[in-house]
Amino acid sequence: MYIVVVGGGNVGFHLTKMLLKEGHEVLLIEKDKHTYQQLEPQLGSVLMLGDGCETRVQREAGFARADCVAAVTGEDEDNLIVCQMAKNTWGVERAIARVNNPEREALFKELGIDGVVSATEILFNLVEQEISAGSIVPLAALRRGKIEVIEAVLTGRSPAVGRRVRDLNLPPGSNIVWVVRGEHGLIAEGDTELEENDLVVILAPVEHAADLRKVLESGH
Amino acid sequence: MNVIIFGCGRTGAALARMLSSNGDEVTVIEREPEHLARLGHDHGCRVIIGDGLDDDVLLDAGIRDADAFIASTRGDNTNLMAAQVAQTRYGVSMVCAKVNDPDRAREYRKMGVFSITPNLLTAGMMRDWLLGRDFSPIDAYNKAEGEG
Repeated sequence: MYIVVVGGGNVGFHLTKMLLKEGHEVLLIEKDKHTYQQLEPQLGSVLMLGDGCETRVQREAGFARADCVAAVTGEDEDNLIVCQMAKNTWGVERAIARVNNPEREALFKELGIDGVVSATEILFNLVEQEISAGSIVPLAALRRGKIEVIEAVLTGRSPAVGRRVRDLNLPPGSNIVWVVRGEHGLIAEGDTELEENDLVVILAPVEHAADLRKVLESGH
Repeated sequence: MNVIIFGCGRTGAALARMLSSNGDEVTVIEREPEHLARLGHDHGCRVIIGDGLDDDVLLDAGIRDADAFIASTRGDNTNLMAAQVAQTRYGVSMVCAKVNDPDRAREYRKMGVFSITPNLLTAGMMRDWLLGRDFSPIDAYNKAEGEG
């Protein structure tokens, strides 16, 4: 595949290197001369100096034959314009934009960009998962999101370990429905005693899901 | 008419004053507070300090009731994005972007975004003046030059 990357910051540089490593033909366009000179020793002929928003540069870069254009500068406006021009002017099949302000993700899609990548959004999701690591992970939403299916792994410090299901002060409307212990699944009953490393599956109304932390996680 | 002008540079400020003195309701959105000084005194415009790409700023500016939206910041891409937000997301009927790059302006006109390219306009008018011609309609200047 021929892939044009616009924007030689950290994201663009590493993206280019990864794509090259995968065996793709890649061109990285950077408009700042200083940044260009810093990248040149490492990227050589894969690098082009110019403003990727200009049609002249796009023509030279071969947008017309690109399979994919990835706009990853630090400016949302520039990324949008590069992608729109790639699609509308040059007929590029796939245009991917980095969006720095996560609130613009929906807008980019409305304006016809197929792939929108929000670093903030990804980091946010990772942080969310990290916070819940080893403990509470939402699996699915039922009833249009009003009920959540939640998975939680009980760590040794969980206040629920060593207690019976009926003795847990679960939030209203919530219930542990399933316990996976080692290789085996058990239907959770009132007198099922929870052990360290148990994976429990819980149904909870969405408004009370956060309260599960108090019951299941350490430090509450 | 209810007009929102994003970008209080020389162009935006001059337009704001013209429309305001014509009796139109003008709201100016500008990122840099000091640029609002260009409006001078007694300009009669409503001013909002903020980014005209942000929904909350646009809503505060009354985009839902706006008859026209003008994007006149110094960034072509900012103007093209803002114009599309006004047009596509908020359905403003008259939208115009200032776009300095003739090629980009042409490509977006094809996509339905109306723009004015100041340098083409200036050059074309200077040419007409030099050749002793009357000034042409705007489209003639917009199409006067550039590739394709």
